[in-house]
Amino acid sequence: MDVPEPEVVDPAAWTCPAPLRDHPSVVLGHGGGGALSAELMEHLFVPAYGNPTLAGLGDSAAVTLGGARLAFSTDSYVVRPLFFPGGCIGDLAVNGTVNDLAMSGAQAAYLSCGFILEEGVELSVVGRVAEAIGAAAEAAGVTVATGDTKVVEAGHGDGIYVNTSGIGLIPDGVDIRPQRAVPGDVVIVSGPIGLHGIAVLSLREGLEFGAGELASDTAPLNGLVAAMLRVTRDVHVLRDPTRGGVAATLNEIASASDTGVVLTERSLPVPEAVANACGFLGLDPLYVANEGRLVAVVPRAEADAVLAALRDHPQGRGAAVIGECVAEHPGMVVARTAFGGTRVVDLPLGEQLPRIC
Amino acid sequence: MKYIDEFHDPALARRLLDDIHTTVTRPWALMEVCGGQTHSIIRHGIDQLLPDSLELIHGPGCPVCVTPLEMIDKALEIASRPGVIFCSFGDMLRVPGTGRDLFQVKSAGGDVRVVYSPLDALDVARRNPDREVVFFGIGFETTAPANAMTVHEARRLGIANFSLLVSHVRVPPAVEAIMRAPHCRVQGFLAAGHVCSVMGTEEYPALAERYRVPIVVTGFEPLDILEGVRRAVRQLERGEHRVENAYPRAVREAGNAPALARIEEVFEVTDRSWRGIGTIPDSGWRLSDAFRAYDAEHRFEVGDVRTAEPAACRSGEVLQGLIKPHECEAFGTRCTPRTPLGATMVSSEGACAAYYLYRRLTPGAPAAREAAGREPVPAGATDAVKEASPLG
Repeated sequence: MDVPEPEVVDPAAWTCPAPLRDHPSVVLGHGGGGALSAELMEHLFVPAYGNPTLAGLGDSAAVTLGGARLAFSTDSYVVRPLFFPGGCIGDLAVNGTVNDLAMSGAQAAYLSCGFILEEGVELSVVGRVAEAIGAAAEAAGVTVATGDTKVVEAGHGDGIYVNTSGIGLIPDGVDIRPQRAVPGDVVIVSGPIGLHGIAVLSLREGLEFGAGELASDTAPLNGLVAAMLRVTRDVHVLRDPTRGGVAATLNEIASASDTGVVLTERSLPVPEAVANACGFLGLDPLYVANEGRLVAVVPRAEADAVLAALRDHPQGRGAAVIGECVAEHPGMVVARTAFGGTRVVDLPLGEQLPRIC
Repeated sequence: MKYIDEFHDPALARRLLDDIHTTVTRPWALMEVCGGQTHSIIRHGIDQLLPDSLELIHGPGCPVCVTPLEMIDKALEIASRPGVIFCSFGDMLRVPGTGRDLFQVKSAGGDVRVVYSPLDALDVARRNPDREVVFFGIGFETTAPANAMTVHEARRLGIANFSLLVSHVRVPPAVEAIMRAPHCRVQGFLAAGHVCSVMGTEEYPALAERYRVPIVVTGFEPLDILEGVRRAVRQLERGEHRVENAYPRAVREAGNAPALARIEEVFEVTDRSWRGIGTIPDSGWRLSDAFRAYDAEHRFEVGDVRTAEPAACRSGEVLQGLIKPHECEAFGTRCTPRTPLGATMVSSEGACAAYYLYRRLTPGAPAAREAAGREPVPAGATDAVKEASPLG
């Protein structure tokens, strides 16, 4: 007689949050790139739109049109202040969408650019942002092909909001998506982390961390991706760790691929000014936003070649291997500390908050 | 960074750990009092590197965790009023009151702002003379001087539209209350270095003597923590119970005289309620009569707000080391980081949240080093303890 297997309790499945159960209205955390953002998408938008293309929930969608494989992406930019060390909302609007397309291996070809302007904003400010968009598009090799402008009443916006959408061709033989990570893969980051988030926070809050040395890393990553694909087409995953930082990105990859990720903390390229600011505020650099970095997951056999290709490129000089994918603890990210201990790097709920102590 | 990197040296950490492993010959339970120390222990994985027989109990020293539900509800009530700008340290925004948090008040139209210093809130008041600006003055002795200075400045500058919602708590009465609790398992304390940098260490020798426990003033970097542990277990193994200062670069015996003077000027000692624990006599500060005009509770007449703690949450027993987080029936089911019943599940270094993550990592494993032979504690089993305890 068969003895029934004892019931296995999966602690990870203990919670069953009903759709947005705790928040009858939108809170800032819904835009933070963490668990609340994911819930909003999975429980509200995806069921409402109901199509298989959307189900991948990537930064861009891979679609086929007239025989061509296209990557298609959209992103909105609501940064405050509009101008910051290293760039402005215009640079972010171009580079962000170019990078979302690049994370599927695509070279961005055309962008749309929609402005939502607040009544009272000086036209010279709008002009500076528009010029930055033009310059960033030229640098990224992408054409701003269409646009739109709306104006809202004074008090109903932060001066300027920008939305960009983009399309680009995905090269043959390339299949880059978070589901493809497998145990044994190597995790690489293309350079120092946390610069954008800390630079913007410093300016916004008047904290003046690392004055003169902290600037946003905003940059187009399509050149860097092209350099990687020249040495191998077998790149499993690419993500740009923007909102929620490297921690959120790695959690998404672990969850989508059902693998575990182990980080080696000592390998993380954290600039001293970022480390100091994070130490002061009780923030973790792993959760801080980046705007010109990518995380690559590649087969171990390709890791050296990919790392060399990254380091040969101006935007990848600081590239480093930061961890690996493992079969243990699927769906979870664990960091090995410098002292030999481990800690769980969880998906942030919403925005990271400065700690009191 | 100079003077910080030196306290992250893995080789030195190894030597300290070797010394601790060599020193410990039997089970000991130490309590690190401060939430900042708990954060550092978890952040660097220090707890996993200590001898199995050495248990670290995460104490009630996280101001976010111990701010009573009633006070959060008062904050929510004030922040919801039109014309109010409510300023707070960031991590208080996510702590649930009754049915909502400050993020949801903000979402519903309340003007809730994160500041990095109470003086920033005073500046908001100066720039918005037609609005009432309230700062949520929570925390231990560490944050009290800046809050006291802010109220002092508000009066000096004649800024009348500023007030403080005060929920200050003091460490020594909490240490005493923990030690007086029946079945107390704590055999030594790592005292909170930043608290002592303000208050000095003069309150501790009497406690060490009365309860025969070593108290080691400890810092927050990994090597600070290991040095604090090393000194505490060395005393325990020798049967000693002294106050030691393992954080001399920040702590003087007499504390910080200007900070103490400002606290003395603005605050007075009062009984204070601790979330999940209850009222501890003389364990907090409130604004003194001379500064009552700056007391938000008084100004907004929220003294009548009364809130019962959720019965299912046993965070108080967790904070006293009486039960482990997973020994609470709500743990991992009704209470998770996503749906926290108590603040120990809210912040990532809260004892319950840390256990929750660890158990997800190793399903089926004991949640952390367990004291040998401990059985699960049924609900109500510690009621007698609580009734007999000065912790309420």
